[in-house]
Amino acid sequence: MTPARRGNLVEAGVLLAAIALPLILEALGEDFYIGFATRLLIFALAATSLNFIVGYGGMVAFGHAAFFGGGAYVVAFLMQAGIFSAWIAWPLAVLAAGVAALAIGALSLRTRGVYFIMITLAFAQMIYYSIVSLQSAGGDDGLPLEQRSTLAPFDLASDTTLYWVALATLAACLIALKRLAHSRYGRALAGLRQNEQRMEALGYPVDRLKLVCFVIGAGVAGLAGALLANQNGMASPTQLYWTQSGMLLVMVILGGVGQRYGGVLGALALLGLEEALGLTTEYAHFYIGLALLAVVLFAPRGLAGLAGLRAR
Amino acid sequence: MGALLEISGLKRHFGGLWAANGVDLAIERGEIHALIGPNGAGKTTLIHLISGALRPDAGRIVFAGADIGQHNMHARVALGITRSYQITQIFPHLPVLENVRLAVQSRRRDWGSSFRMCRPASADFRMLAEAEEWLGRVGLAEAAGQLAADLAHGQQRALELAMALATRPQLLLLDEPMAGMGPEESAHMAALIASLKGAQTILLVEHDMDIVFRLADRISVLVAGRVIVSAAPDVVRNHPDVRRAYLGDEVAP
Ligand SMILES: Nc1ncnc2c1ncn2[C@@H]1O[C@H](COP(=O)(O)OP(=O)(O)O)[C@@H](O)[C@H]1O
Ligand SMILES: [Mg+2]
Repeated sequence: MTPARRGNLVEAGVLLAAIALPLILEALGEDFYIGFATRLLIFALAATSLNFIVGYGGMVAFGHAAFFGGGAYVVAFLMQAGIFSAWIAWPLAVLAAGVAALAIGALSLRTRGVYFIMITLAFAQMIYYSIVSLQSAGGDDGLPLEQRSTLAPFDLASDTTLYWVALATLAACLIALKRLAHSRYGRALAGLRQNEQRMEALGYPVDRLKLVCFVIGAGVAGLAGALLANQNGMASPTQLYWTQSGMLLVMVILGGVGQRYGGVLGALALLGLEEALGLTTEYAHFYIGLALLAVVLFAPRGLAGLAGLRAR
Repeated sequence: MGALLEISGLKRHFGGLWAANGVDLAIERGEIHALIGPNGAGKTTLIHLISGALRPDAGRIVFAGADIGQHNMHARVALGITRSYQITQIFPHLPVLENVRLAVQSRRRDWGSSFRMCRPASADFRMLAEAEEWLGRVGLAEAAGQLAADLAHGQQRALELAMALATRPQLLLLDEPMAGMGPEESAHMAALIASLKGAQTILLVEHDMDIVFRLADRISVLVAGRVIVSAAPDVVRNHPDVRRAYLGDEVAP
């Protein structure tokens, strides 16, 4: 069997297990964990979208919370205005995050390295403070959702359905990511990561290639935010705060920068650690820091590299 | 029809230093035009200005009849100006073939957009075939599957030439393509450039006078940001200003 085929079989197996998971949990009477698993999927999606920007586009962005949390607020705002349909609200969350990224990217993509990190952080904090200072956005308390979005013909009120929707979204994004990585655009991004100057000198519109990557990553984060609002029953300012951006970056680095499953593994590891350690010790962040240090020192390709999942 | 490239009064300064101080230069279609001059004369700066890596402070750059002085670099490549770098610029961690394939893919006029995200690039057979052809042209067919970083220095320079050629420029700017090469590698590169003679318009910056006088149809001498002579090799060789400013008497035949 070729490695590619074996990879496909493993993927199919994991997907089947993931589909069956809520049914198993229900049978075991551990329904509580369905919510946790959904949260995991949503963060995996958000981290994957950031990994696309950082690992595929080569842009270390430190403001992903703006798009992630922003997507959640779009759903909450629309619900306040009486729009409950996910078919309307979620695409608008994607659109809003994409448009914000278009503006932020156009202003910051000229900068590199540390400057790009700082400027994306600054923009994201601006968005955080603007939304927190809005009375209609609930200020520090955030904005509760009256109910979950409606996604006819599916019933999102059911935790299991929400889980499956999150799973389907994540799977679709991972499949799209694989296709994209091997397309002309993906190849161009690979060139860009190694030598921007050479790409420009070959006639590639470097800034536009990067901007498109930034906008796509942000749009997917907006969708993840829309899902998270439904999972949490609210849009919360902490989802917009810089610590959230940092957490997503930690997931990407833990999981594997530029590795297709980097975001997924990173989310799994970090949220898993938090869940396991958070219950028993206050020092969860210390251990997470240690894990991060170990990865940076000993496994530059992250958990995906350790697991032999080197696929883009 | 006028020259392919016409530069007039081109100026660019760094602090108080005028690296281009009123450059006038014309490059005709089909010629190999050598640009020589002492270190620090402003040769690389001129390549930067023509390719769009730098913007001029004053003066005009007219390419195929259009003023391109404010175009950015990738727009100039689309118009037909491609450069190589004095310090090798390749994609070190990509296979040699992919380095050239990316150069081929960059030609929008032939293949369309590089923003296509669905179809696998490996399905563009003609791009791959063309990339292989270019590698053959520069003698790297065997190395197609290696990582570019693993090539010898001379091979990397040849790869960079293949990449520049693969954009199918009307004007090729070569900034010291033999820099850092041993005699054998230099001879190989010189032969490659000679094989382009007549078919490809080239502006060649080069220090090795043997090679310059052998390959060039015309030679311009740049001293302190100005072209002091632009003429046929024989004229340049015997020009008194050139001898004084640059060549030194011992170079004379
Ligand atoms: N980016 C820069 N900043 C400051 N000075 C520069 C820069 N680039 C070139 N120079 C100066 O301009 C002059 C011309 O440089 P250059 O074009 O590299 O010369 P050449 O290629 O002929 O050796 C030199 O004195 C060099 O030090
Ligand atoms: Mg130079």
